Amino acid sequence: MNFDHETTKLDFVKHRKKFFLISAVLLTVGVILLSTIGLNLGIDFRSGTTMEVLADEPLTAESVESEFESVGLTADDITLAGDNNDVARASFIGVLGQNEVLEAQRHFEELYGNTPTVSSVTPLVGEELARNAIISVLIASVGIVIYVTIRFEFLYGISAIIALFHDALFILTIFSILQMEVNIPFIAAVLTIIGYSINDTIVTFDRIRENMKLEKKVKTFEDVARVVNKSLVQTLARSINTVLTVVFAAGALLIFGGDAIRTFSLALVVGLVAGTYSSLFIAAQIWLVFKGKQVEKKRFDSQVQGNEA
Amino acid sequence: MKKKRGVKKWRIVVFFAIILALAGLIFTNVMDHADDIKLGLDLQGGFEVLYEVHPVNEGQEIDRELLSDTVSAINARIDVLGVSEPNVSIEGDDRVRVQLAGVTDQQGARELLSTEARLSFRDVDDNVLIDGSDLVEGGAGQSFHADTNRPIVTVTGRDANVFGDATEEVLAHPDSRMAIWLDYDEGDSFDEEFGKEDSKIISAPNVSSVLRTTDIMIEGAFTVEEAQDLAGILNAGALPVELEEIYSNAVGASLGERAMDMAIAAGFIGIALIFAYMLVYYRFMGLIAVLTLSVYIYFVLVIFNWMNAVLTLPGIAALILGVGMAVDANIITYERIKDELRTGKSTMSAFKAGSRRSLSTILDANITTILAAGVLFYFGTSAVQGFAVMLITSILVSFVTAVYGARLLLGLWVNSRILNKKPKMFGVKEREISEL
Repeated sequence: MNFDHETTKLDFVKHRKKFFLISAVLLTVGVILLSTIGLNLGIDFRSGTTMEVLADEPLTAESVESEFESVGLTADDITLAGDNNDVARASFIGVLGQNEVLEAQRHFEELYGNTPTVSSVTPLVGEELARNAIISVLIASVGIVIYVTIRFEFLYGISAIIALFHDALFILTIFSILQMEVNIPFIAAVLTIIGYSINDTIVTFDRIRENMKLEKKVKTFEDVARVVNKSLVQTLARSINTVLTVVFAAGALLIFGGDAIRTFSLALVVGLVAGTYSSLFIAAQIWLVFKGKQVEKKRFDSQVQGNEA
Repeated sequence: MKKKRGVKKWRIVVFFAIILALAGLIFTNVMDHADDIKLGLDLQGGFEVLYEVHPVNEGQEIDRELLSDTVSAINARIDVLGVSEPNVSIEGDDRVRVQLAGVTDQQGARELLSTEARLSFRDVDDNVLIDGSDLVEGGAGQSFHADTNRPIVTVTGRDANVFGDATEEVLAHPDSRMAIWLDYDEGDSFDEEFGKEDSKIISAPNVSSVLRTTDIMIEGAFTVEEAQDLAGILNAGALPVELEEIYSNAVGASLGERAMDMAIAAGFIGIALIFAYMLVYYRFMGLIAVLTLSVYIYFVLVIFNWMNAVLTLPGIAALILGVGMAVDANIITYERIKDELRTGKSTMSAFKAGSRRSLSTILDANITTILAAGVLFYFGTSAVQGFAVMLITSILVSFVTAVYGARLLLGLWVNSRILNKKPKMFGVKEREISEL
C-alpha cells in the first residue's frame, strides 16, 4: 500500500457531506432508539433478585430453568458453581414479590432439602458507576479541549471532542439496535473506545497542523480542503495499520474469548472501527468546515478593509 | 577514510547482546510474574460485597477513622475465614467494598463479615444481664461439651460474680431461660426472634442453678466449623458499625476460571496476528516492533505485579488499548521513516528525521489519552479507576518501549550502515523513491 498524496485520486474531502449525512442518520436513529426501547440493561444497572439453589446432585442450567418455570418464574440468567456444579445462581431482573420468593423457596426445599438463599441487589451502585463514568468523560473532554487548544488551536480541540461523542453514541446505538446486555465491562469498553478515538484523531490533526505550517498561503476554503485531504492520505497507511492491529487483538477476544466477555469484545471491535471512521471522515472534516469558515471570513474582512482603504 | 565508510559491526554485536540479555531476563521469570498477578473476581470466581456503613448508636459519626477501624475489623474476620488475598477498601464517605476471591461458602462468609459480633446475655424480657464489656477480649474458644460431645463455644467472663449474679436473676424469673444474643438491636424481642430461622438468638438454655464461674459455655445447633467461626469472630472483636449490603456480585469459580483461560488463549492469538502483520508489512522494522512489543508486554506484567494490581476485564480492555498505542507509536515512526526514504533521503538521515518528526505526534496522542485516564481515575469509582490505572501504566510503558526502545534497537542497525541503500528492508520499493 502506498498512498502518495501527489498522485492519488482519493478524495476524502469531496464527499464529506455524505459522511456527515450517514453519521447524522445513524445517530438520529440512535437517539430515537435510546429514548424509546433504550438499552438492554443487565443486572448491574437494575433492581434485581438473585437466588442461590444448593442441590445434592450436579445441576444443569436447563434443569434449574425448568424448575423455576414450574413455579412460574423465568430466570434472566443462571450460572452454576460449586465443586460439582451443585449450586445454581439465578438472577431475576426486577425485585421478586414475597409470595414468588416463598413459593420458589418451598419448591426447592422439597426438591433438594435446602432452602435457597435469596438476595436482592439495589441498582444504585451500577447506576452510580455509569453516572460517574459519564461525568468523568465530560470533565475529561474539557481537559482535552484545553490541552489541545494550548498545543494546537481551539478548533482542533472542539472537533476532536465532537468525534469522541460521535464514537460513544455510535456504540450505544449499535447496542440499542442489537439489544445486547449492557453491564459494567461494557462501560470499560466504551471508555477504551473514547481513549482510542482521541488518540486516533490527535494523530491525524498533528499531520494537518504540520502541513498547514508548510503551506505558504492558506487563504480559501479550497486551500484548507487540499491540506486536509493531503494529510488524511499521508496518514492513511498508519490509520489503517493501527486499527487493523488493534482489531486483531479485540477480534481475537471476540471470537476465542468466550461468552463471559462477548459483549465487551463486540463493543471494542465496533467502537474501534467507528473510531477510525470518525477520525478519517468526521473529525478532520468538521475541522475543515470550521477552519474553512474562519479563513473565508478573514479573506472577506480583509477585502472589505481593502475596499474601504 | 575507508574505515569510516565501512560497516560498523560492533553496533550489531551490541544489538544482539541487548536482545540476548532481554530474552534471558524474559524467559527466566516471565511466567513467575504472570502467575503472581492477582486476578479479579470476574476472572477467578469469588464474591464481592459493597456495604454501606451505618452508625451503631446515636451520635456516632461516620468518619475516616471509623471507616478504617471497620476495615481492620473486617480484615480480622477474613483471617478467621482463612481467605487468601482479600481486598477490603474504603469507598466514598460511608462505604466499604470487600472482595473475596475463591470463597466457596459465600453465604456463610457474608454472615460472618456483616455480623457486628456483639454478644449479649438477656432474660426473656430482653433485659441485659451480661454484655461484651463483661467478657475477656480474645477469650473465646471452641470446644466440645463434656457430656454430649457436641461442639460448643466458650467465652471467658471478667468476674465470676457477674455470671453468678446473672444466673441468679434468671432463676428468679418464672421463665428461667437465658437468651444468648448475637447483634441485639433496639426493638428486637425474645418472643419474636426465638425459634425463627436465622435467629439472632444463638441459644436459650434453661438455667437450673447459680453458676459462679468465668468459663461460660454457649451451646447451640453448631457444627464444629460454625462453632470455630463464631469463636473466631468473637475474638476478632465487635464491628464498630452496622453494615448494610447494597451491592453484591458473585462469580462461580469454574466460570471465572474458564473465562480466564479463554481470554488468555484469545490474547495469544491476537498478539500473534499483530506480530505477523507487522513483520509482513514493515519487514525489518516490523521485527524491531515485535521485539519492542514483547519487551512492552513483559514490562507491563512486571509493573502490574509490583503495583499489586488486580487484573479484571476492564484491566484487560486497558491492556488492549495499551498494546494498540504501543503498536501505533511504532507504526507512526515507521510510516514517517518510509515517507522520508521515499523523498530520496539516505537510510541514516531518513531514520533520524522520521524519529524526530514522529515524536511530537506520539507525545500529543499519548498525553491527551493520559489526561483522559487521569480524569477517569480522579472522578471514577472502582471499575473505572482500575481501568484508568491500567491505561496510564500501559501508556507510559508503551511510550518508553515503543519510542526509546525501538529507536535504540533500530538505531544500532541503521548507524552500523549495514542497511544503507537497502530501502526494501523497510518495505519501500525502489520505484517509489523520487529523484532528488
